[in-house]
Amino acid sequence: MTPVHVGEFQEEGGVVLTSVDSVINWARKNSIWPLPLGLSCCAIEFMAVAASRFDMARFGAEVARFSPRQADLMLVAGTLTYKMGECCRRLYDQMGEPKWVIAMGACAASGGMFRSYPVMQGIDHVIPVDFYIPGCPPRPEMVLNALIQLQKKISKDRPTQQIFRRPAAAPAGPGRLAAPTA
Amino acid sequence: MAETQPPTVQKVLAAFPGAGIAAREFRGQWWLEVPRERVLEVLRRLRDDPELAFDFLNDVTCTDHPEEEPRFRAVYILTSLSRKERIRVKTSCPEDDPVVPSATPLWAGANWHEREAYDMFGVRFEGHPDLRRILMPEDFDAFPLRKEFPMEGERSDRDWARWVIDRARRPEGTLP
Amino acid sequence: MSGSRPEAPPEPLPGGSPLSVRVERSVEESGRIFLNMGPSHPSTHGVLRIVLELDGEAVVRAEPDIGYLHRGMEKIAETYGFTKFIPYTDRMDYLAPVANNIAVCTAAEVLMGIELPPRAKAIRVVCAELGRISSHLLGLGAFAMDIGALTVFLYAFREREAIYNFMESLTGARFTVSYPRVGGLSRDMPDGWADAVLRFAKDIPARVEKDVERLLTRNRIWIQRLEGVGVIPREVAISYGLTGPNLRGSGVEWDLRKEMPYFGYEDYEFDVPVGSRGDAYDRYLCRIEEIKQSARIIRQALEKMPGGPISVQDGKTFLPPKEKVMTRMEELIHQFMIVTEGPKAPVGEIFWAHENPKGELGFYIVGDGTARPYRLRMRAPSFVNLSILPWLLPNHMISDVVAILASLDFVMGECDR
Repeated sequence: MTPVHVGEFQEEGGVVLTSVDSVINWARKNSIWPLPLGLSCCAIEFMAVAASRFDMARFGAEVARFSPRQADLMLVAGTLTYKMGECCRRLYDQMGEPKWVIAMGACAASGGMFRSYPVMQGIDHVIPVDFYIPGCPPRPEMVLNALIQLQKKISKDRPTQQIFRRPAAAPAGPGRLAAPTA
Repeated sequence: MAETQPPTVQKVLAAFPGAGIAAREFRGQWWLEVPRERVLEVLRRLRDDPELAFDFLNDVTCTDHPEEEPRFRAVYILTSLSRKERIRVKTSCPEDDPVVPSATPLWAGANWHEREAYDMFGVRFEGHPDLRRILMPEDFDAFPLRKEFPMEGERSDRDWARWVIDRARRPEGTLP
Repeated sequence: MSGSRPEAPPEPLPGGSPLSVRVERSVEESGRIFLNMGPSHPSTHGVLRIVLELDGEAVVRAEPDIGYLHRGMEKIAETYGFTKFIPYTDRMDYLAPVANNIAVCTAAEVLMGIELPPRAKAIRVVCAELGRISSHLLGLGAFAMDIGALTVFLYAFREREAIYNFMESLTGARFTVSYPRVGGLSRDMPDGWADAVLRFAKDIPARVEKDVERLLTRNRIWIQRLEGVGVIPREVAISYGLTGPNLRGSGVEWDLRKEMPYFGYEDYEFDVPVGSRGDAYDRYLCRIEEIKQSARIIRQALEKMPGGPISVQDGKTFLPPKEKVMTRMEELIHQFMIVTEGPKAPVGEIFWAHENPKGELGFYIVGDGTARPYRLRMRAPSFVNLSILPWLLPNHMISDVVAILASLDFVMGECDR
C-alpha cells in the first residue's frame, strides 16, 4: 500500500485503519513483556505474581526480559534511590517504542515511607509513568489489575496514526513518544 | 568497680596498666573506653591472647555527639566464638582531627564497615587500604549521619532529578 | 584480545571442579575485559553492581558496588523512634520481614530492660522460624532459577504462599507484617492458627524433600555446578565476619540460637547443620537442613505453647487494654504517650544480635532517655556476607559468579539499608 498524503485521511482513520489498529493493539496488549526493575520488597511480590498462584502468564506477560531492548513494559518495583535513578533512566531510554511504565508500590509512586536523603520521591521525577499501584507492597491482585488496565489503555491506542505520521492525532501523554528531556 | 567486672575485663585492664582504659557496663554488657593511640594494641591483644580469644569482629561503627568534645566515638564490637562472649571497644576523636585506627590489619571484615562509617560520618580510619564511599554516590559531598544533616537531605528533589538525568544522558553519537 | 598463549595449561584449583582454573598472566600481555554486572540483572538478587575484570571467561578481579538501595534507615530511626521504626525493619531483609521486626523489638527491650512473658517469646519463636523457612525457600528457589532449574522456583513459591496465608491471618499483611511491638506482640494468634501451622510444620520437611531435594540434591548438573565452587575456608570466613549458613557451611559451628540463646531456644531440641568444605554445595545443603530443623522447632514451640499475656503489663511500654483505656485516667494517659511518642529508652547502649535466616542481625542502640534512639546501628548480615566477594570471585569462571552470588543468599535491602 503506497503511503498517501496524510491530509487525505479522515480524522478517525476509517474502518480499514481502525481494524488494523485493533489487530495491532490486540497483539500488543496480549504479549506485554515486562522489564522487572525489581529494586526491593515489591520485587518479591512481583515474583509472587509471576509464580503459579497469581500467574501472570495468563495475560501474556510471563516473559520477563531484563534487557531493555526486548521489553515493552518497565515495572519499577521498589524504592528508587538517586544512585539507582541513573540506571533506571538509562534503561528507560534504551527501551523501544511503544513502551509503558508502571510504578509498583508506594516507594516507586512517591517515595513511600522513605522521606530521606537518598530516596527519590517517586520515579516520575525521571521517567514518565502510565500507572501507579499503591500499596506497600501491593497485593498481587492489584498488580494484575494494573496489567489489565494497561491492556485497556493499549486497546484505545491508535498505532496506525503514528505509522502514517500524524503527530497531531497521536497525543503525547505519559509513556507515549516521550523524548528524553533536554 | 573492680569486684563486679568480669574476668575478661579485668584481664585487659591488667594487661594495659596506665593506658587510660575505662570499663563501663550497661544491662550486663561491658565495653572498654580506650584512647585512640592504644586501640590497635588493645584489639590485637583481645584477638590474639588465647585466654581472651575475641576472634570475630561483628561491627565497626561511629556515633556523633556534636555537643560534646571529642565529637565522634568509634565502636568496635567483638565476639569470642570459643568463649561465647561479647565485648566492645570504644574510642573517640575530635571533629578537627577525625581519625581513628583501622581494624583491617586484624580482621578483613572491618574493611566495608569502616568504609560505611567514613561515608556516613566522615571519620577516617588510619591504615585502611581503600577508604572511599560505599553507600552514597562517589561524588556526594556531605556526611548523612552527622546530627546536623537533615533526614530529608539538603538537595531538593528537582536538583537530584537533574543530577540523575544528566548522568544518564547518552554519550554523543551513540544510538538511542 | 588475548595476545599470547599460556606456556602450560592452567591448573585447576585443588579439590575443585575442573571449571575453576587459576589464571596468572601479566596485565600487558593479556587483554582484559571489564564487564559490568549491572544493578539491573536477573541474577544479582537485587540491585548489586559488580565490576568484573575478566581474562576471557575467568574472573581476575571483582569489585562490588553497593548503595543502590540505601534508604537512610539509620537516620530515619533517629528521627522517628522505636515503634514507628518497626515497619522500616520489614523492608530490610524483605524475605523474612517478621524476623527483622522481632530482632529490633527484642533489642529495644534489652535496652529498656524489659522481660517478655513466655507466650510472647514462644509466638516470636514460631514467627521467626516461619520466616526462616520462607527466606530459605526463596533463597533456594532463586538459587535454582539462576542455575537453570526453573521448576524449583515455582514449587518454592507454592510453599511460601502457604506461609503468606498464615502471616495474613495472624497479622493482616502477607509479608511486610510489622507484627511485634516493643514489649510484646500486636495481637494474639487467632483460633485454629496454631493447628494449621502445626500441620504445615509437620508436612513441610516431606514436601521440601519431594519438591526440592529430589530434583536437586543428587542431580548431576547441580553437583557439577556447585561442588568446589566458592570455597570459603574457615579462617577466611571468620576474618571476614560471615555469619549464618555461609559461616556454618565453612565448618564453623556458630549459631546464636545455640551459643547465645534467647527466647528460650535452649529448651527446644534442634540440630544445626554445619558444612565441611565451605563450597556452594555445602551452603545449599545447610539451608535445606535448616528448613527441616525450623519445622522441628515450630512443632515444639506450638505444642508447648504457654498461656498467659502476650505483652508486658507495663503501661509505659505497651498499650494498655482498651477497656481500661476507656474507663481509667492513668491508662488513657499511657495510651496517649505510647501512641504519640512511644516507649522511652534509658540513657545507655547495648548490642543485641539475633540469628536471622541470612546471618547475624545485630543492633547497636544508644539510648538518650527519650523515645527515639540516639543512634541505631543495624549490623546487617548481607552487608558483611557481600564483603567477601572481592576475595572469593577471582579464579572462578563467570558462570560460577552466578552460582556463588546465589549461594551466599544475600538481600540488598538489608545490605544497603
